[in-house]
Amino acid sequence: MNALKQALDNGKFGITAEMAPPKGYDFSACMEAADMLKGKVHCVNVTDMQSSCLKASSLGLCIKLKEKGLTPILQMTGRDRNRMALQAELFSAAAFGIDSVLALTGDHPTIGDVKEAKPVYDLDSVGILQMISQMEKTGLDCGGNEITGGVPKFFKGAIVTPVYDPMFLQVNKLRKKVEAGAQFIQTQGIFDVDQLKRFMDGIEKAGYTTRIMAGIIPLKGAGMAKYMNANVPGIRVTDQIIEKLAQAGAEEKETGKKGLAMEVGMDIAAEMIAKIKDEKICSGVHVMAIGAEKNVPAILQKAGVSI
Amino acid sequence: MIITQKKPLDEVWQMLEGVTRVALVGCGSCATSCKTGGEPELQEMKEYLESNGKIVTATIIPNESCQKLLMKKELKALKDTDTQAILTLACGDGVQTVADNANIPVYPATNTMFLGQVERVGLFSEACRMCGDCVLGHTGGICPITKCAKSLVNGPCGGQKGGKCEVNPENNCAWIDIYYRLDALGQLDKLKTMRTDKDYKNFAFPRRISIREDK
Ligand code: SF4
Ligand code: SF4
Repeated sequence: MNALKQALDNGKFGITAEMAPPKGYDFSACMEAADMLKGKVHCVNVTDMQSSCLKASSLGLCIKLKEKGLTPILQMTGRDRNRMALQAELFSAAAFGIDSVLALTGDHPTIGDVKEAKPVYDLDSVGILQMISQMEKTGLDCGGNEITGGVPKFFKGAIVTPVYDPMFLQVNKLRKKVEAGAQFIQTQGIFDVDQLKRFMDGIEKAGYTTRIMAGIIPLKGAGMAKYMNANVPGIRVTDQIIEKLAQAGAEEKETGKKGLAMEVGMDIAAEMIAKIKDEKICSGVHVMAIGAEKNVPAILQKAGVSI
Repeated sequence: MIITQKKPLDEVWQMLEGVTRVALVGCGSCATSCKTGGEPELQEMKEYLESNGKIVTATIIPNESCQKLLMKKELKALKDTDTQAILTLACGDGVQTVADNANIPVYPATNTMFLGQVERVGLFSEACRMCGDCVLGHTGGICPITKCAKSLVNGPCGGQKGGKCEVNPENNCAWIDIYYRLDALGQLDKLKTMRTDKDYKNFAFPRRISIREDK
């Protein structure tokens, strides 16, 4: 059974990390990160050309991780593939033993690094989940045709953006994702646990339940925080955090000691993880280290969580 | 209405290479409102062509340029004029309707942009992508297929910033507009219904519809 599913089903605190395939075919950095993450997280999400920037395919890195003994979560967006291509990819994934998929609508090509590309959006995130659930239920493909030799089953995930105005729209779309078959939910990066609590209350009031894993982004410095606030939708780093990072950055300059701000970012991430677990706010955490995957084990250790 | 824009004159000029006697066909409907194929635009084109040595044999503005039978009648005016080519200042449909009725080359003087609304004189916005399966009844009369850059049917992506679309920050996020419209109408419950994604069979073109008994 999928490691994350098993953990969540047994009421354990779920821990996932995230990796992006390379721009090119040199997977060595990913493989190094994989070695560090092995045994520390339940699953590793593999992004599908995140921010619409051209990379090796998600399936490719998923296969590599699987070979190394990790449990990958195949991220699939509706941006580049119509329903046929999506389902074809899922068949191939299943053949390699990949048993978890996370459905996203996908960022538009105009915000990425190949702006000329024609977007697809045949199915949105809800549609992708519906398609998979339908396949599992009926044994038919998305055109209603018989699938030969067994129907693959997936542990299905989706995402949500808790910082969103009006919140009704996110709570409502999340409900649709859950109804469409999402079994676990990962959130956009959270920097304010009280805000996260309010969002969780909103879901409770809307009258449905699901297993939510809080998104954690360890910040590398005040500059990164400010950049993300200005450019990444759904991210709101608090002034308090930016202040702490800026102080550490200033100290770095004064003392010549490198990596102080990064340390502080890791501490902040660890504190949030510990709080989310201790106060039972969410079912787990999803750590998006954005290139600094090697820091993830240390963050988890500081937070006092393990698989 | 079908929104058209004038092609650059250079491009028009190149299409008419080797042609001396040319007829102009506009349209009394959409292209007149878009100021691409009405009386003044035909006059302007006539002056441009004549001042560059061409002979304009006729200027015709049918009430609508997309009616085949009407166009057939209108084009009778070209009989015995020795016209070598027709320049059509209407939408792409108009150009083809002219071409179906003529046995000389027909050239477009406009680019056909979209089906849209006239917000005010001279200001047009795309409103309907003619998807063949209208969902406006669920969305407070705001089209998510057209106004959402990803044509999402189940609610917004996470990409908006300050109510503006991730694709073009000059546009409102359609789903936020839909939310406020439905809220004002007391119809927010409509957003709760799950919609299956669009059936693109309806979108397979070219499409033809007959409501005639003889088909
Ligand atoms: S849903 Fe939009 S694109 Fe489709 S018919 Fe209605 S207005 Fe046109
Ligand atoms: S920001 Fe809004 S309008 Fe733009 S693609 Fe996303 S949902 Fe559609």
